[in-house]
Amino acid sequence: MPQYLLKLRRYDPRSGEAAYWDEHRVDLGGRSSVLDAILKVRDEVDGSVGIRCSCQQAICGSCGVRMNGRPGLACNTHLEEAAARDFGVGWNPSEEGDEVPAGVIEVEPMGNMPVIRDLIVDMDAVHWKKIQRVSPYLINQQPVPEREYIVPHENMVDITQSMACIQCGACVSDCLSMEIDPGFIGPAALAKAYRFVGDPRDAEHHERLEDLSEDEHGIYDCTHCFNCIDACPKGVDPMSQIMRLRRRAGTDEKIVDRNNGHRHEDTIATLVRDYGLLHEAEMLPRSYGGNSWFGKFHPAAGQVLLRSLPSIVPAVLRRKVNIKIAVFGHKIPKPDLDAVKKLYAKIEGREQRVELNLYVSGFEDEPEAPPAETHGTGAPQDDGPATSPHELEAASESESS
Amino acid sequence: MPSHDVLIIGAGLAGQRAALAAAQTGATVAIISKVHPVRSHSVAAAGGINAALNPEDTWESHAFDTIKGSDYLGDQDAIEIMCREAPNEILWLEHAGVTFHRSETGNLGTRAFGGASAARTYYVADITGHAILHVLYEQLMKHSATVDRFEEWFTTDLLQDDEGRCNGAICRNLRNGELQVFDAKAVILACGGAGQAYKPTTNGLIVTGDGIAQAYRIGARLMDMEMIQYHPTTLAGNGLLITEGARGEGAQLFNAEGERFMEKYAPNKLELASRDVVSRAEQTEINEGRGFPDGTVALDITKVPRRRTLESLREIVNIGRDFAGVDITREPIHIHPGQHYIMGGVKTDIYGQTTIPGLYAAGEVACVSVHGGNRLGANSLLDTLIFGRRSGEHAAGQALHMPMPSTPSTRVTSTEKEIRAIINRPQGGRRLAAIKDELGETLNQYVAVFRDADGLRTAHEIVRRLKEQARSATIDDHGTVFNQDVIGAFELGYMLDCAEAIVVAAIERKESRGAQFRTDFPQRNDDEWLKHVDISVNGEDVPTVSYSPVTITRWEPQERSY
Repeated sequence: MPQYLLKLRRYDPRSGEAAYWDEHRVDLGGRSSVLDAILKVRDEVDGSVGIRCSCQQAICGSCGVRMNGRPGLACNTHLEEAAARDFGVGWNPSEEGDEVPAGVIEVEPMGNMPVIRDLIVDMDAVHWKKIQRVSPYLINQQPVPEREYIVPHENMVDITQSMACIQCGACVSDCLSMEIDPGFIGPAALAKAYRFVGDPRDAEHHERLEDLSEDEHGIYDCTHCFNCIDACPKGVDPMSQIMRLRRRAGTDEKIVDRNNGHRHEDTIATLVRDYGLLHEAEMLPRSYGGNSWFGKFHPAAGQVLLRSLPSIVPAVLRRKVNIKIAVFGHKIPKPDLDAVKKLYAKIEGREQRVELNLYVSGFEDEPEAPPAETHGTGAPQDDGPATSPHELEAASESESS
Repeated sequence: MPSHDVLIIGAGLAGQRAALAAAQTGATVAIISKVHPVRSHSVAAAGGINAALNPEDTWESHAFDTIKGSDYLGDQDAIEIMCREAPNEILWLEHAGVTFHRSETGNLGTRAFGGASAARTYYVADITGHAILHVLYEQLMKHSATVDRFEEWFTTDLLQDDEGRCNGAICRNLRNGELQVFDAKAVILACGGAGQAYKPTTNGLIVTGDGIAQAYRIGARLMDMEMIQYHPTTLAGNGLLITEGARGEGAQLFNAEGERFMEKYAPNKLELASRDVVSRAEQTEINEGRGFPDGTVALDITKVPRRRTLESLREIVNIGRDFAGVDITREPIHIHPGQHYIMGGVKTDIYGQTTIPGLYAAGEVACVSVHGGNRLGANSLLDTLIFGRRSGEHAAGQALHMPMPSTPSTRVTSTEKEIRAIINRPQGGRRLAAIKDELGETLNQYVAVFRDADGLRTAHEIVRRLKEQARSATIDDHGTVFNQDVIGAFELGYMLDCAEAIVVAAIERKESRGAQFRTDFPQRNDDEWLKHVDISVNGEDVPTVSYSPVTITRWEPQERSY
């Protein structure tokens, strides 16, 4: 049985002492979960280790923690998988003759939320407050039918992805935007919002979208860092839900928000279409002044440029920006530019927008060789993690496109 | 000091449904839970919820299937109510926002389930419990002005007035250890079953029989406690649940010889016979040497079209991948019967009233009894919602005509002392987890699919010894903030009380019916045992047995085969 070194971040507010690392060696197989290891310590050594947990099958959402720097559920993260993360954790032999562990795993409470005790964070203060912010309940289309609402199967499948959220807080833990702007509504709550915006039974799609667009901490506050997608143990892909909210708001409902979020997005898309790469000098003026070459002559464009000087000047001085390219735009070879334009034409020429829902779509029964043996070959295998549906989806997606 | 018309303990489906129903009548409501409501174990219910909602289906058919499933131990008046009210409950859920699966026409779609004569199980992929629980919590957030939520508060005592009427509870705020008296005109227990008394179990770590034991300790009658459901498909090794929905979608069971053995035991319904029948069949195969060396048989989900599996059984695809290292769409998985549900619980009438005035119970903590000797799959979600709602409505109605009780806040002193005594115990006793493990393994060995008098007596002796040891179990945590160790000590006590009631009831019932199969009494015996076994304590920690009649309305007991 391999031995893992488990380093638990401990903290008791009543002790008057700072947080500290509590080290334990546990003998468990690499396919055991991090939660198994923590519970082994709690059961056999120290009953005071604080962690919320219940179902041990990744459905109750209690055991969100950070393991070697990455957020997730302790119950469905294997020890070998957590230990393999390159997080720069070292191991210093404390005594001569200590056995070198199979892996070192640092377990910390989730980020962006205050710690109550050990691995337990205050989700009410952050996560649930933000959920409450998005009116997290169905506002029924009237009249409510006597029997069920008639709703296309595809719509129900579509919102099942955001329904699958178990409110564990892993995405909130590592949301970079929230770290900068604690007011950001955040990935979990916005995914929850999509669950209603995508539900044909809800009566207030437009109001919800307007609300989330106009809020300066709303949908345009996300910076596409993908952390929430990496963090989510349930494949909810919060960032994808945020992007859907944006498309619904900007493209379908034509909501032009006061934060210039939608115009900014439009501008970037147009500039890339026309120049092949981002044209930095045009970006701000167009976002604020209007999305055309004339945008820069709008008074709002001048104002924003003036306001941005404190960022622009140091960027130029530190040579993060090349003035010539920034002002005159990037030049890419004509065939490349044509290829970019062709892509745009193809996508924009579609009659209907294709919304990828990788949660359940993208699979077909592919013909395959019959299994070598019949029943009775289902013994649990230990030859590494199986291919995840996500990888399969991604593969079949790229094949078809 | 909080005081409410209705105090609900437990915030799974039954508790939340009770809270919403009580609040709708205008009563003041508090709901208390030792975990955040969405962590409640209802969240793990996978397969679906039954209702005869299709025009071609009838509630009578649903009722008969349930009664037959119960091996005629279910009370038919309660079953009639549950099945009649089921369709409206589904529609209520749908209108509240549950994203039920749709057919091609956009109407609600169903899947097949065990022991049912029609496909009447409504579902959301294989996260039905999760989908419903989160929608109910959405409704609680919507109605936060009328329902006070106390999340992460642990109930230590049920309070009674001089006449024995339940009039509140003492609860501990886990965040700071503060104790608080909650006054209430009526208390509804909705805090789930006792699966953690078994090892392995499909139940979460929080399912520790709190409500069953608390009611039992103040004199409430427990009923049908011997009826423990072993689910036919739990994962080898860790006992995780593989939903019955898999078999509903077409998955098949095979023994190690490649034989589809259900053909022998239930030629008509095969894998979709009721759970006690399938579990017994599997255990027989395993005991007679036709299982795999790890004590399992194989569940072959590759019979289900792959796309269908990925769309509607996604959760078990993940469980197979994460917890067994198997792609269930490509190869069979090894499973065995495992503890899943307790049909018994606190005896109630059709309004959820227990034998203690002012105290209600709903959901797995209760025994109405709609499940009798064996619960059908997808009937438990229904039970929680129907009887949760009925309890909430009835309790609120009663409360209208009553003055608000008032328990002096000094009443917490004795609980405070009790907690301090636990915290200050001398070291040197057994560890809580060691006692709990021994309890779980004992029950799983002697009070499982097959039972006999010798084994049950052994189990009883062990439980008595563990009760003694639990009183001096070692406590490491001496703090006040999220002291889970102290909670663990309380929970262990609750589990041991439940375990004793289970064992005593199983010893008492000298026949085989539903989930109780006595190898020393292998026949069902309607002449002597068509009755409920009730367990209660009066003052001392010794369970006493009594009986209640089974209510039969129109379905006379018949021989049962699938």
